[in-house]
Amino acid sequence: MFEFCTDPSVLSGPAWWSCYLTTPKHMNLYTSVFVVFGLLAMTVPLILTFGFGGAVARRSRFFLIRWFGVLYTSMVRGVPDIIFFLFVPIAFDQGFEYLRHLAKCPDWDEPIRQGNDFVVCATAKLPLSSADQWIHETYGFFMAAFAFAIVFGAFAANTIYGAMQSVPRSQMEAAAAIGLSERQAFRLVLIPQMWIYALPGLSNLWQILVKATPLLFLLGVEDIVYWAGELGGSKTARFTDYPHGDWRLGYYLFLLVFYLCLTWGSEKVFARLQEWVSRGQAELKVTA
Amino acid sequence: MKLTNVLGGAVLTAIFATCAFADGHVVRMGTEGAYPPYNFLNDAGEVDGFEREVGDELCARAELDCEWVTNEWDSIIPNLVSGNYDTIIAGMSITAERDEVIDFTQDYFPPDPSAYVALAGMDASVTAKNVAAQTATIQASYVANSDGTVVEFATPDETIAAVRSGEADAVLADKAFLEPIVAESGGELIFVGEEVAIGGGVGIGVRESDGELKAKLDAAIASMKEDGTLNALIAKWFEGRTGY
Repeated sequence: MFEFCTDPSVLSGPAWWSCYLTTPKHMNLYTSVFVVFGLLAMTVPLILTFGFGGAVARRSRFFLIRWFGVLYTSMVRGVPDIIFFLFVPIAFDQGFEYLRHLAKCPDWDEPIRQGNDFVVCATAKLPLSSADQWIHETYGFFMAAFAFAIVFGAFAANTIYGAMQSVPRSQMEAAAAIGLSERQAFRLVLIPQMWIYALPGLSNLWQILVKATPLLFLLGVEDIVYWAGELGGSKTARFTDYPHGDWRLGYYLFLLVFYLCLTWGSEKVFARLQEWVSRGQAELKVTA
Repeated sequence: MKLTNVLGGAVLTAIFATCAFADGHVVRMGTEGAYPPYNFLNDAGEVDGFEREVGDELCARAELDCEWVTNEWDSIIPNLVSGNYDTIIAGMSITAERDEVIDFTQDYFPPDPSAYVALAGMDASVTAKNVAAQTATIQASYVANSDGTVVEFATPDETIAAVRSGEADAVLADKAFLEPIVAESGGELIFVGEEVAIGGGVGIGVRESDGELKAKLDAAIASMKEDGTLNALIAKWFEGRTGY
């Protein structure tokens, strides 16, 4: 990056460090911070949608929807996360490719499954194998976000369902007494009040989600933990201009600080949120 | 929510738009990127090493358009068969067990012994104690069937770190991988015990249904063996090896 970095072996002290910490490989570490933030920003709305949908489904009067809600929340919560993280992207990826294959290559006469191989015609590949690497990575990232949303959505659904049940019955009865329809009571009374009970559970879920991002690597997305491990491992002088021993401890300490700051900051935000949703509810105030 | 939709929509459109315009076949080369001198990520964060040079040369000879991708070792075969990339070029020894799941080209690196490495001052008895090996390697299954107890790690680097920290008494790995590490350890690490001959040569893994690609790569490897370019690359990346 800097001009004096052409031969790092003659450098020492701050000059060496300023070169070492600005190698393109280190830039990958810094940009992967945004991978973490990007995943969080994208999954949270999805998780809340899945969670809200699951909770409403479980409260439904129509038994098929109710069963679906119960099935979703209990099945996803009961199966180890790692299985979902491996299964969802592969199953959906192959599912999409299969559908595209049917649509685009109707003349194809070979089987899709050949032994262990999953073979679709080249134009049905998703993304196409000729697509740029960043497209493959973006696609993988979306798949990962989707898998996260399904898993964490089930937990959120349970939390939100519990919160909806916790809103005092008298509140709903009062709403009916002043002539609100069921729909209006749900929107104007139940939803605003249920947040008070849901937030502590949801903040828990958020903290777990923040820490779960290293699971991304299972799906081929290189996040901050992957790069810290890769950069921290010992390097011999034959293969790098910056040989060093096992520096993983230093890199993992950096991760520790990063994640602690992130979770500490979000605790503060949740405390504020809790205050805000509890406004005007003196006797119901739940301390986070 | 709305912003996410817009962003999501934009990216999806980009994906499909690119799909529509991009044509021509690209061969995606899958590697681990953590196994020098075979393959590793250089300071620029790009795949580098013996296999990078061999792979690029093979692609040029077979007139293929190649792109490099990295994948964790443990899931490198499943991701090949499900079509995430088209080849495995990651220092993978040809074994009968792997050959049942995928196909291999002819070898581009001759059979190489595996060796034990331990801290200085240790003797051959450590091979019967806790021996570190990378998960799903020929070395891991060899140790499991030997007197030693296998301690598995996800990356090659972690197996070395385990010996340095005392978590394992020795590591069993390809000798070509261990040599530069031992040479640069300043006497901290030494080879111990006997070398063991496991595994055939190193070949490129392809899907069993991908006979066409296999034939092209086979022909390219044969031509590199014939005119000596392969031996030159082996001599460049592996000190003291002459190749074929």
